[in-house]
Amino acid sequence: MEEGVVNEILQGPLRDVFDSKQLITDISGSGNNWAVGHKVFGRLYQEQILEKLRKSAEHCDCLQCFFIIHSMGGGTGSGLGTFLLKVLEDEFPEVYRFVTSVYPSGEDDVITSPYNSILAMKELNEHADCVLPIDNQSLFDIISKIDLMVNSGKLGTTIKPKSLVTSSAGALKKQHQKPFDAMNNIVANLLLNLTSSARFEGSLNMDLNEISMNLVPFPQLHYLVSSLTPLYTLADVNIPTRRLDQMFSDAFSKDHQLIRADPKHSLYLACALMVRGNVQVSDLRRNIERLKPSLQFISWNQEGWKTSLCSVPPVGHSHSLLALANNTCVKPTFMELRERFMRLYKKKAHLHHYLQIEGMEESCFMEAVSSLSTLIEEYNQLDATRSMPVEDLPRLSVAV
Amino acid sequence: MNLIQKEVEKCDCLSGFFIIMSMAGGTGSGLGAFVTQNLQDHYSNSLKMNQIIWPYGTGEVIVQNYNSILTLSHLYRSSDALLVHENDAVHKICAKLMNIKQISFSDINQVLAHQLGSVFQPTYSMEGSYHYRRNPLGELMENLVPHPEFKMLGIRNIPQMSENSLAYSTFTWAGLLKHLRQMLISNSKMEEGIDWQVRPPLSRLPTLGKVSLNRELHFNTSIANLVILRGKDVHSADLGGFKDPALYTSWLAPVNAFNVWKTQRAFSKYEKSAALVSNSQFLLKPLDTIVGKAWNMFASKAYIHQYTKFGIEEEDFLDSFTLLEQVVASYCNL
Repeated sequence: MEEGVVNEILQGPLRDVFDSKQLITDISGSGNNWAVGHKVFGRLYQEQILEKLRKSAEHCDCLQCFFIIHSMGGGTGSGLGTFLLKVLEDEFPEVYRFVTSVYPSGEDDVITSPYNSILAMKELNEHADCVLPIDNQSLFDIISKIDLMVNSGKLGTTIKPKSLVTSSAGALKKQHQKPFDAMNNIVANLLLNLTSSARFEGSLNMDLNEISMNLVPFPQLHYLVSSLTPLYTLADVNIPTRRLDQMFSDAFSKDHQLIRADPKHSLYLACALMVRGNVQVSDLRRNIERLKPSLQFISWNQEGWKTSLCSVPPVGHSHSLLALANNTCVKPTFMELRERFMRLYKKKAHLHHYLQIEGMEESCFMEAVSSLSTLIEEYNQLDATRSMPVEDLPRLSVAV
Repeated sequence: MNLIQKEVEKCDCLSGFFIIMSMAGGTGSGLGAFVTQNLQDHYSNSLKMNQIIWPYGTGEVIVQNYNSILTLSHLYRSSDALLVHENDAVHKICAKLMNIKQISFSDINQVLAHQLGSVFQPTYSMEGSYHYRRNPLGELMENLVPHPEFKMLGIRNIPQMSENSLAYSTFTWAGLLKHLRQMLISNSKMEEGIDWQVRPPLSRLPTLGKVSLNRELHFNTSIANLVILRGKDVHSADLGGFKDPALYTSWLAPVNAFNVWKTQRAFSKYEKSAALVSNSQFLLKPLDTIVGKAWNMFASKAYIHQYTKFGIEEEDFLDSFTLLEQVVASYCNL
């Protein structure tokens, strides 16, 4: 939307990726105001957006899904982004809507981010088929870890002891100058791995509609925690089996998740493993067997695994794994968001910026919070079943 | 259907249709069942056999249990016989017998192809005759599916091993057939790990009431069996062990329940090999397990909205459950 930002992209290394006919700009941004993004820009640009979408969609032989990538904290991403969801649902009801949302971290620079996020969450609850929440803090932690691993690798090879300290410090500084590039790279890889089965051949393909089908047991619970491994480029050509199994173990550790969450200690509703590279079905099955005992699955989905194998690995790696989990560990994120929202809302702080936009009322806020509370409650109910003993329900008895 | 019609018109004598599909996914299971239904409507006089792949127990698709029960119930109504291959069993064969370290799908498919080949390769039509059977598909079904309630068939092969081991092994018909028979009655899917303790029951009194499934069903009762022998000295093979009435149900005598096909021609790299296609209780436990899991999931209403979106209602699920519970009960009471 913001002209300045769009122009910067058009001058950067990715300028050829974007079709200039598909860009819509306005002079200013949304001022971190969800209402401006959603109501003002939405109404203004609905026609234009629809037109461009229609043109692109007509080129497709078989339109499978839309990917919406946005942030929740700001105004344009969260407001206009979620407005688009409604538009897509009306125009293309049969096409799946996958949303990659960047949730605000604990310390973020936008003060009204809780308002924006909660208002956007309501739209995501109602109109998205599948949401992959991501937060900046986790991405940053992952980048820091990579830096550490890369530097410790370097430490091993440097000869001079004196330069160790200076060289590693220098390398770290260089990396932190542009962390967002590295962080965005992770999310880009997430999307690439997600669509790899649809783009390349493999022994066990998985289409995008299968993700929604298998991982969303109830329409409301469509939030998937993602984790990507491996995170660093493996220089070795000959990977011993230990590394492969390590990849699977890492995917379930809380350090590799793209959102602050610990899936191992929460309840799994379903899990998908998307493997790329030279991995065979026996490796996959062996690792599932190995990891299953340490994970808690809901009683009616004890073997809730969806697997896919794509033979083409990502650039620079020999194999990779993307794990998507529908897990109750997203609950803390939502609860924290609600907490921050209530802190601001109780004081009615910054509310007037929203209410002065035509179409916004206090009830919008109340509805949004109650929608989120319902979602949290559903997760609570599922968590409550964890402690209950599992009973097999009586089957239909048939007259013999 | 147009494509099928073209192919059918090319045939001098249509034996039937052989449909290969999986049960866990959407295309194989859903479209496969749909096509079978259409074949039933358009070619009701032809025989249809569906070769179905039973998914891994630990899950390859989360809704595989739903897909499986919907598929099985539809196929039970429109197909004449179901030839079942279990991924778990074939995987074990690759691991234990073929000694493959990193099993890929092409390895699994190779075992499957081998099993199918051992059954459908030509055999002589009568003892001593030199004419090949014209209609193996039809005769197979005639022999093995005497009652429409019992349609599930399985294949067991012996021997099955890697090229390296083959060089050091010799076979006798007596040895092969002894193992094959025990594999049948102890419900073992492959040559290794056979439970030799299992014996046929002494008396063939009909069981009173429903046999409890919680108890391990050790003895695998057969409805009908077909043994196919390929290789040297095939006429000297003694099949008396398979004609024992204790192996079969009371309502079908061994003379009708048991058949044998032979050919001197060796199959694949095995000097002597035997295949057993049987209609028995071998699939009872896996079927019961899948129905149980699907039922649990259904009770919590999970994923149902995904199906109702496309026109499958809860009623359809219930119909499927009812049909399959009936099948489970029937096989249980053999």
